[in-house]
Parts: sequence; structure tokens; C-alpha cells
Amino acid sequence: MGPFGLTPLKPFNRGTMIEISGLSKTFGSGANAFTALDDINVEIRQNEFFTLLGPSGCGKTTLLRSIAGFVDPTKGSLTIEGQDVLPLPPYARPVNTVFQNYALFPHMTVAQNIGFGLEMQDRPKAEIKQTVGEMLELVQMTAMADRMTSQISGGQQQRVALARALAPRPKVLLLDEPLSALDFKLRKEMQIELKRLQSETGITFVFVTHDQEEALTMSDRIAVMSAGRILQIGGPKDIYDHPAERFVADFIGDTNFLDATLQSVDGDVATVTLPSGKSVAARAVQGGSQSGAVTLAVRPEHATLTKESGLLDGVLQNIVYFGTDTHYHVTLDAGSAFVVREQNQPNAGELCEVGDTVGISFEAGVGQVLRD
Amino acid sequence: MAKSRAFDVRRQTGFVPLALLCFAVLYLPIILLVVYSFNAGQSIAIWEGFSWQWYVKAWQNEKVQDATILSLIIAASASVIATSAAVMAALATTRTRGFRGYTFVFALINQPLMIPEIVTAVALLIFFAMIKVATGYTGLMYLIIAHSAFCIPFAYMPIRARLQGMDLNLEQAGADLYGTPWRVFRRVTLPQLWPGVLAGSMLAFVISLDDVVITEFVKSAGQDTLPTYMLGQMRRVVTPEVNAISTALLAISVALVIAFYLLSKSGTQTNRE
Repeated sequence: MGPFGLTPLKPFNRGTMIEISGLSKTFGSGANAFTALDDINVEIRQNEFFTLLGPSGCGKTTLLRSIAGFVDPTKGSLTIEGQDVLPLPPYARPVNTVFQNYALFPHMTVAQNIGFGLEMQDRPKAEIKQTVGEMLELVQMTAMADRMTSQISGGQQQRVALARALAPRPKVLLLDEPLSALDFKLRKEMQIELKRLQSETGITFVFVTHDQEEALTMSDRIAVMSAGRILQIGGPKDIYDHPAERFVADFIGDTNFLDATLQSVDGDVATVTLPSGKSVAARAVQGGSQSGAVTLAVRPEHATLTKESGLLDGVLQNIVYFGTDTHYHVTLDAGSAFVVREQNQPNAGELCEVGDTVGISFEAGVGQVLRD
Repeated sequence: MAKSRAFDVRRQTGFVPLALLCFAVLYLPIILLVVYSFNAGQSIAIWEGFSWQWYVKAWQNEKVQDATILSLIIAASASVIATSAAVMAALATTRTRGFRGYTFVFALINQPLMIPEIVTAVALLIFFAMIKVATGYTGLMYLIIAHSAFCIPFAYMPIRARLQGMDLNLEQAGADLYGTPWRVFRRVTLPQLWPGVLAGSMLAFVISLDDVVITEFVKSAGQDTLPTYMLGQMRRVVTPEVNAISTALLAISVALVIAFYLLSKSGTQTNRE
């Protein structure tokens, strides 16, 4: 049992917590209209760490604020545990938010901040005191209970903001880029801390970030957003290994894009012809075309460099050493660029030299056909 | 290369004498006013030695007492009413989405600053005369209402400034944590707005205390505030008693302005993180 009296759920036991369908938000009207959310459909499960990932302006924060109740969607529906929450004001929704700048009340102590939500719910004084004590312990801030929020560090403010949002035991915790103001080391610590809190409390976390690494390391599932739309939803490995669209492949990690011709599609397997004329099996994309010109995405670390001719041939242009691995920049015979990343081995000699003619190979099923 | 030196107005010829002249024009009369309030003689221009007698006389003068009480009642009432109205106006102009006619509303609130006081005074005189005829009421409310009205922009400015400097997220956090709008206002907005509210009410108080023109037009017979009483006195024999009253008013104003300054300063410090 976690501190909330909830047992963290195994992924297969998770029911639906938030269901969003056809949600759109347009700001302004006429020529100045701006569509911040465009037909969003997503189901977020109980006790899931769900991340909205995208560049700034992609609509991820607007979506989060729609769940919190600060944005009034133009159309669509939004339910939490089956209850339609769109008619409800923010204070009547079973969600709490950790704000990007924490938004701690400067005229209250740490303990008063944490107890605020319970106080607003008119919980008994004794219960408030006990819960605040538990929360202080949960975020390891017991010693700071009577400090004013201006007298504690940024990392500590972050913990207080978390405790304040968790104290009323919300069904969903919304986190709006809560780590972006912290320095690198603190951010790493808080990432682990957040995962711990999420699994200990059994609460559903909806996390907004533009940091792909943060999203990959923390999330159960990620929704990649761009220009007000969700492009792809999936687990971190799914999103990374099998991006469905060029934007997703480009936004998350490094990717090589190849112009290829689709020969045939059989279920998950697509056979494509590369610019070199050679054919290879790749992963098909759902809802993609069955033939014709497509873009194939290949991760640099999924390809290998050989001295012999490979699936693709080209001339080695540049070698960039990164310590753990080395990047080989190759100009393909077809004219485009391709990067191969090889992990460095302690006793390996130089593989190739700049100017060499090299071959590039990758295994069947490694390439991903992208949706047009 | 020519020596490039930052332009500094203090190095301009005649800057120091000019500055001194300006300060002299501003403060010398006030200093003299204060000095002669302690004059032992009858004159406001010939020094005859030190004495507290004019303060004692003013203190014992029943008309001064009545005028002082009236002034304080009006200033306090006007300050409370104007500040309440200003808080609502400030909330409406900073905590709502932009709306058509925003600038117009803003101008309306600040109208008393732009319309010549004498025009307002005449307008109020005529308007209240009509009400007096209709209702027969001749009490203090006319003065309180008039003072409240022209004090609103003075109370509004510091409150609005304070609200604009406040983090909107704080109120959203309050709403997010189950606070209804009224409770969020009480527990989150107001505690932080407090320095602005105090500053605004003090400013309104001082402005009301000091008003002559509108009061002179609006007051009924026998209703004298301190400034209108003094104005009446000037028409007869001018004794250092007027100096003494003025000095007392000055002391109150200076005290309030200092308090205002300290409050707004402490306000900016809490705003900074």
C-alpha cells in the first residue's frame, strides 16, 4: 500500500482515467484565429505516467490547462473517471497542478502552502495537520515546515509544489514542465523522485515537457504533439524505435531519412527499394500507402559501417568522436547525407578514414517507413 | 580621438544654482510657514520670538475642532469607499480577459484626474442641488460621495500596480487547489494586495483631507472642513493660527506619504524572488 491507501497498479490492470475525444481549442476569431488544439483524441490510464511531448507552441500546455480547467475548449469532450468535467470550474475538478514556476504562495509557510488545498476542502484541522506531516515526509521537507517559501532553494520549492499538489489526493496530477527551472543534476534527481512518487501514490501523472530525454526516461507512454495535434502515442521504446511520422522521428533522437520506394506491404513488414537499388525489409506504418515513394527512417546506431559495399554506398566525409561513441558522416552516392553511430570499443583500431569509400548496412526490420 | 564622456546634466553650467533655486521656490515658503507658526507675535511676517500659543489657540478653537472632526470623518469615509471601489475596478481591469472598450473604461476610472476640478465642482453643485430639492436631505453624504468619487483614481493607481505585479499563477494555483473565487481572493489575492490597498487608502485619505475646490462648492452652510475653514479665515485677519493648522496638516500628510513609501517599498521586495 502506498501512502495514499492506494495500491500501485500493474500496467495491465489499469482502467481509463482520462478520456479526451475530439477536443479542439481555437483562440481568437476570424483572420486572427489560432488553433491551439486540433481534434485531440487520447485515453490516459489509471496510475500512468503519461507525457505530452512537443516543441513550444505545439499545444501541450493548452491541453494540460484544458484538463485543469483553465482553458475552455471550443469543442470536444473530456471525462475523468467517466465524469464529464468540462462544465466544472478548476476548483471542482479532481486534479491538481504543479506549475512551471511553482506558484507557491509567498505569504504562507511551507506547511501552510501544502495544507492549502485541504483547507479549501474544509477538511478537519487534525486531518490537515496529519496529511501535511505525511507530505512533508514524502518530499523530505519536514525540517523546513515553518520556513517561508522565499527562504528555500529552487529544488526545495519544487518539492513543496509537488507536496502541495499531492496533499488533497487528486485523481490526476498535472505537471507543467516542472523541472525546466532546475539545474542538470537537480533535474536528474527530481526525475527519479517523480517516478518514485508516481508509483508510491498510485496517482495518474500527466507530464508536459519539451525535453525528449526526460520524456523517454520517465514515461509509461508519450504523446508527441506538433501544431495542436497528437502525432503519435506510444511507449518510449515504441516512439523511439518506430516513429510514425517524420516530425516524430526528427524530434526524438537523431534520424537518417532515406528516399525509398515501397514495393509491397505484408502486415507489419514492408519491402522497400533504397536509392542504391537494393531492397530491404522495413517496418510498415499503420495507415500508410501500399506502394510508391516513401521516406524510410533509420537511427544512426542501428546502422553499421563496412569497408565493403553495403545496402548503401558512399564516401566518408567526417568522423566525430564523442567518447562513448563515434559518428561517421557519409555522403551517399545518391547525394544525401547519412550518419552512422558506432559504440567505441577500447581496443578497436580506426575503422575507416575520411575519404574512404564505405558501405552502410542495417538489419531487416530496423528501418521504419514513415507516414506521408 | 575626442574624449567620449557620458553626458551628465550635473556638469552643465548653471545646473547647481538652478536646482537650488527650484528647491528654494518649492520649500522656502513651507519652511517659513512652519517657522512662523511658532511666532510669539500676531504677524505672519514679523518674527517676535518663539511660542506654542498659536497651536494652543488652534487646539482650543471650537471651529477648528469641528472642522478637523468633519475633515477626518469625510477623509476616512471617502478613503474606505474609494479604496473598495478601486479594488473592484483594479480586479476588473487586470483579472479579466481583454475586452472591447478597455481603454475607455480605464479612462473613465481616471476621469477625475483629467477633468478640471472646478468643472467637477460646478457639476456636483448643480447635481446635488437637484437632489437636495427633490429629497430635502442636506447632510454630510454629499461631501462624502463627492470626495469618494475624486479619490478613486488615487486609490486605484497603487492597487492596480500591485495587482499587475502579482503572479497570475498564484490565483490559478488557488483555484486548482479547490479554492472558490471568493476564498482565493480572501486567502491569496488580498493578503498580497494589502500593501497596495493600504497605500491607495492613504493616498485617498490625504487627497480628501486636502481638497478645497470641490468641498467649497458642495458643502452646505456651516459644513466646514479644515481647508475651507482656513480659506474662510484668510478673508479676515490672518494670524499664525493658520500657519499652525497648516503645519499640523503638513505633518499628517508627510507622515502618510512616508508610510506610503515604506509600504510600496516593502511590496516590491516581496515581489522579487
